[in-house]
Amino acid sequence: MNFSEVFRHTNQLCRVSPDGKCLATCVQYRLVVRNINTLQILHLYTCLDQIAHVEWSSDSQFILCAMYKRGLVQVWSLEQPDWHCKIDEGSAGLVSSRWSPDGRHVLNTTEFHLRVTVWSLCSKSVSYIKYPKACQKGLDFSRDGRYMALAERRDCKDHISVFVCEDWQLLRHFETDTQDLSGVEWSPNGCVLAVWDSCLEYKVLLYSLDGRLLSTYSAYGWSLGIKSIAWSPSSQFLAIGSYDEKVRILNHITWKKLTEFEHPVSISDSRAVVYREMERRAVAGSDDLSIHHQIPAGTSLFSTQSKYEICELPIYVPIVKPDPDRANPKIGVSTMAFSSDSRYLATKNGSFQVLSLSWHCGGDSLILLSKEHLCLCYVEAEAPK
Amino acid sequence: MGDRWMTAMPESSLENQDISCNSSQFTIYPSMYPTQFAVHSSIPFSKNSYSILSAFCSEENISQCISYINQEVSSLGFPAICTECSGQPELNMVSVLNTVYELLQLHRRSQRTLENLETEQFKYSSNLEHLQLSNSKLKDQLEHSKRENTGLFERERQLQMKIKSLQNSLKNEKEEVQKLQNIISSRATQYNHDMKRKEREYTKLKERLNQLLIDKKDKKLAIEVLNYVGRSDGKRSLWKTGKTEARNEEEMYQTLLKNYESRQKDLMVENAELKKVLQQMKKEMVSILSSRKHSLKGETIEESLEQTASDNEEDVCDSSRETLELSCEHAREQLTNSIRQQWRLLKDHMEKLNSQASLVQNGKWVDNDVIPRKAHEEEMDKLKLEIQQCKDFIQTQQQLWQQQLSSPCDDETAALLNDCYMLEEKERLKEEWRLFDEQRRNFEKERKNFTEAAIRLGRERKAFEEDRATWLKHQFLNMTPFIDRKKPQTSYSHSALSKSPESEMKIVSTPGQLKKSLSHTSFSTPKATPVKMPSTTDLHRTLRLIPEHRSFKTQPKMGNLQDSILSSDISDKTRVLKAGNCSIYTLSDAENSPK
Repeated sequence: MNFSEVFRHTNQLCRVSPDGKCLATCVQYRLVVRNINTLQILHLYTCLDQIAHVEWSSDSQFILCAMYKRGLVQVWSLEQPDWHCKIDEGSAGLVSSRWSPDGRHVLNTTEFHLRVTVWSLCSKSVSYIKYPKACQKGLDFSRDGRYMALAERRDCKDHISVFVCEDWQLLRHFETDTQDLSGVEWSPNGCVLAVWDSCLEYKVLLYSLDGRLLSTYSAYGWSLGIKSIAWSPSSQFLAIGSYDEKVRILNHITWKKLTEFEHPVSISDSRAVVYREMERRAVAGSDDLSIHHQIPAGTSLFSTQSKYEICELPIYVPIVKPDPDRANPKIGVSTMAFSSDSRYLATKNGSFQVLSLSWHCGGDSLILLSKEHLCLCYVEAEAPK
Repeated sequence: MGDRWMTAMPESSLENQDISCNSSQFTIYPSMYPTQFAVHSSIPFSKNSYSILSAFCSEENISQCISYINQEVSSLGFPAICTECSGQPELNMVSVLNTVYELLQLHRRSQRTLENLETEQFKYSSNLEHLQLSNSKLKDQLEHSKRENTGLFERERQLQMKIKSLQNSLKNEKEEVQKLQNIISSRATQYNHDMKRKEREYTKLKERLNQLLIDKKDKKLAIEVLNYVGRSDGKRSLWKTGKTEARNEEEMYQTLLKNYESRQKDLMVENAELKKVLQQMKKEMVSILSSRKHSLKGETIEESLEQTASDNEEDVCDSSRETLELSCEHAREQLTNSIRQQWRLLKDHMEKLNSQASLVQNGKWVDNDVIPRKAHEEEMDKLKLEIQQCKDFIQTQQQLWQQQLSSPCDDETAALLNDCYMLEEKERLKEEWRLFDEQRRNFEKERKNFTEAAIRLGRERKAFEEDRATWLKHQFLNMTPFIDRKKPQTSYSHSALSKSPESEMKIVSTPGQLKKSLSHTSFSTPKATPVKMPSTTDLHRTLRLIPEHRSFKTQPKMGNLQDSILSSDISDKTRVLKAGNCSIYTLSDAENSPK
């Protein structure tokens, strides 16, 4: 394995373009675009303030740089480096900014979540969407980019608006049966919208595209509820990770629980293979993966070689008991990721320092990212069915 | 003498005593003292003894003593010791001695009894001690156990108290939990209410802020673009009209429908697969159960099998129907019901087998159908032994037979015997050949006759044909009813009849029938004219028959071979003769019949 030279960046803003050709990094208030293969600088743009957020448009033609403090968004073009675009929210302030799926509209969420402004790059139209909800994940685009679901709060009740991304027309607007809506997520096939409540109540509602309530699921009552949700790529399964350290899987036909996975402190199931990284201090959560995995040795990048050895069962996973008096305790299943063939589910439970889990599109390797480290796990290829 | 000496001693001792004794002291001093000394005497007495002895008797009161002693002794049952004579009682020495002896014996006896009594008393006292000891021990034990008992009661009471207290605390805890839950719910409602209130305030603030922002008309709130870019897909953006709305709706519903359809397809495929699997399972179960049918006698199973067989048939028909009507409720139900039934049967069967196995393991089970392994093995061994024995027997038999056949007692007789056998055979063969020759000759004769007959028939046929032709001509020419038609008919019929006197043909006077017979004869004539052919083919066949017959009649018994040949020959000859005797019909049939 070869390594390139080390480049500086700030704010962990480092994005690969969707077509995989370019790499954008931010250094202070400069945006550097490099060719991925040669790492030569293609373009260098200067923004007006320290960049807080960078996003590529879906066709890799434009890059959006958001500066939340100043309430500015600047858009740069790769084709025409002279082209520039600046969106100023002014006194409305800016809390978040993102592209629309077609890559020609910028959605800005103003401060206090007063409204979402849809700025168009190809026409002079501006759309405003009032009262978006300030929650964990209030806005979601469907995979094919045709629909947008936005959570709103009116009259102390949660509503969801479904917009057609093509012309930003409101398709459906319906009330949801939640106490305090925490997030929305489209299924990969774009037909079902999963809506979940805040952690004070365990509730998942499933709405069809046209706004009908398909089903409700609630596993238990009083304790803290849902922490994270993940759809399987085939839309057949919905994985719900909760604060009770369990993952429950629902099936898409009856929307009833298929199975649930536990994250016990002591692992003694004979089918589980536990790998312990020797030598280094913090294990990047590699020994707390779901039981269905069979992961051979992985390698870590950079200097230190660490070895992985298989531990004998039963094994006690070292955990740190979180402070129960604080809000948003660091327990429960916070990150989940399905492999691309929906055969594996990787979950992170507890206070491990894993920030993200993502699978390779081939479905046989998993990347774990922590604050300072990353780890690749390779799954043994089983015979395809 | 010794006695005298002994008795004399007390007397002498008595006499030598100086101590005066009051005769009234008789009773005080029992005979103990004197007897003691008397028994143990040979020791010279001291003065003390004298003094004691003299207490009872002294010189003065001898007669009183004597009379007293006499009284005492007689009261004891002894004879008198003294005799009264001449005013002074005199001691009868013999009786005195006897009495003394008796008294000594008595004394000894009484001593012995005393000893016994003493030992007994000792025993009793020791027993008593022992009992007292044990009594005291038991009392201690009783005390101890009583104490323990009280202790245990105490403990039990304490535990009961503890239980009660725990139950109470449990009840209290439950109540507390309930209370806390109530508190939580009330607080939750309170929080909700407060949240709602705050939220309303918040929205009001937002509205206000929004208002202010809009009113402010901030110039900076704008987008500054160098030039507007085209859309990524190259299309122009559309205005929002009702048409677009409808289009959007339509698209939305279309996606939904597509999704549902694909899902339904998948489900149908899955459903069909599952049904197939169920069918397969059912068939297998039926086959398993039916294969057991032969070993089982239970009627119920047969019944159920019949039922399932009928079910199976129904389901076979159903499956074809099912593929067409996939959502047919009835078919589905039927299938699942039959599967359940089969499964129940199989389960029963398995349970039975399990119980059988367990019983066999316990060694208690006897069943006629199932033989335990040991018996099975024993039988196997027995059978093997039998087989071996039979084989040996056969072997010996063969050997004897060989001996019989191969080696006779001496060569001459063997040769003679052989000759005898051969002669017999030869005679027989000769006979048979003779018969065969006769038959062959007969057959030749018959054949000749037949060929002649056939030739004749051919000629007659020709004549007949000519006649027929002329008759037809006549008929044709003479259409008038005046000419007599009977003549040619009868002549024709006669001619036909005369040709084959032996024929089995039923000749009818109708022209149709004649034609038929003609056609038949015409059919067979090509075969009859080459005269020799049928006969030779027949012969061939019969000749061929002979080896055929030989092939399946020849067994390694040599004697019967010639018999078989002859027998086949005879049968064939009869057949051939039959053929010769029969008409053309049967001959042709024989020819045409496949062999």
